[in-house]
Amino acid sequence: MPLHSKHLLGLDGMSREDLQLILDTAVSFREVLDRPIKKVPPLQGKTVANMFFENSTRTRLSFELAERRLSADVLGFAATGSSVSKGETLKDTARNIEAMKVDMVVMRHSAAGASHYLSRVIDANVINAGDGSHEHPTQGLLDMYTIREKHGRLNDLHVCIVGDISHSRVARSNIFGLKTMGARVSVCGPATMIPREIDRLGVEVYHHLDDVLPTVDVLNVLRIQLERDAGRLFPTIREYRQTFGITRRRLEKAGRVMTIMHPGPINRDVEISADVADSEHSVILQQVLNGVAVRMSVLYLLSTRN
Amino acid sequence: MRRLKAQIIDTDGFDRTLTRLAHEILEKNRGASNIVIVGIRTRGEFIARRVTRIIETVEHTKLHLGSLDITLYRDDLLGKLEQPQLKGTEVLFDINDRDVILIDDVLFTGRTIRAALDELADLGRPRSIQLAVLVDRGHRQLPIRADYVGKNVPTSANESIRVHVKEVDGEDAVLLMHPEE
Repeated sequence: MPLHSKHLLGLDGMSREDLQLILDTAVSFREVLDRPIKKVPPLQGKTVANMFFENSTRTRLSFELAERRLSADVLGFAATGSSVSKGETLKDTARNIEAMKVDMVVMRHSAAGASHYLSRVIDANVINAGDGSHEHPTQGLLDMYTIREKHGRLNDLHVCIVGDISHSRVARSNIFGLKTMGARVSVCGPATMIPREIDRLGVEVYHHLDDVLPTVDVLNVLRIQLERDAGRLFPTIREYRQTFGITRRRLEKAGRVMTIMHPGPINRDVEISADVADSEHSVILQQVLNGVAVRMSVLYLLSTRN
Repeated sequence: MRRLKAQIIDTDGFDRTLTRLAHEILEKNRGASNIVIVGIRTRGEFIARRVTRIIETVEHTKLHLGSLDITLYRDDLLGKLEQPQLKGTEVLFDINDRDVILIDDVLFTGRTIRAALDELADLGRPRSIQLAVLVDRGHRQLPIRADYVGKNVPTSANESIRVHVKEVDGEDAVLLMHPEE
């Protein structure tokens, strides 16, 4: 069965079968990444444009690597120094790129819904690589893949997401995907960082780490976005660290072994202490590797949908 | 629907054919010391497993056995087909400088074997690659031939060959089917 949609815009509303298909297919690509020659030919002759209207290193490199390892031709595009700074609209930029016979577009944009809009105005397959604080579906998928790889399942696992939930597209994609796959999902953070009515998504809300940690299987620690004026959401970094920072002492007190995840980049010793980030329960670097496999899976499934 | 035209190989014949293939492989390679076995998913994987078991029994040794999913290397992937499911390649050993015995159930156009050769080249540089098939039904579209053939079966291009294996189908048999009606 092929994917139901020709685009990947978000995990909200995606069926269990589609999620399962992407994760299962990613296993095959994960194997390719262990080969001496880490390249397979299925996207030969296809062209993928990476349109990043917002800064990104990891996601952009990960997509680019995934595309190249599938033998696609890759077009890079960064908003700075391009026609965007001359006032061109998103629609015109995209249509011009599509006029060059591009088959797929991977887009990151600061506006929520930008990739939905794009998918309505161009014919190419659109993959959302992060739109504002809305969704970041491939991050959600790679987190789910990594959890499944570590625990063998998603069903009935307790995944707790810690940090600024309100402004996090990573949190939203994780919540949608994990809930569909039957996981128990909770969020933990200061009240200023938890959206009101988030419990409507079937998520448990905590404001004290010590209340939730004793039952957690997977802890997904979000980055405090210091560059996005996080300062108005809590008094000081020191206070955030003391209340919500993930430290060895806090984990030992919870008395439970849990998998530690972080979407990166890490603020060491702010949201997570260095020793926890580097501990044997941390899968942060596996997340990065799995990200390439999951993105290969998405690109492959969308381009061979016919 | 396709109707049965003839049974080409029955259960006993199946075992005997695989035993002969195993012995031919051993004879040509002067033993099993440098060979590794790779089956092409899905049916070739089962044939490969059986041949491996026979060789291991005869030679009192353990062989490396892997399987290839050639889907990503197909030449019709972006064309007409319904999206094929990836089942994954599992070759968990080094094939460099080994003699790889590539095994499939039916040799037909040769396109599957072309894809498998390309995939093997990405996994390493074997000393040799030898092809063993249960049935060669002719109609090659590429310059490819098998080193070991269980049975040559003349067919017309629109007939089809069905290979049944115990593991999946409950019986071992090779059937020749009439063209689609």
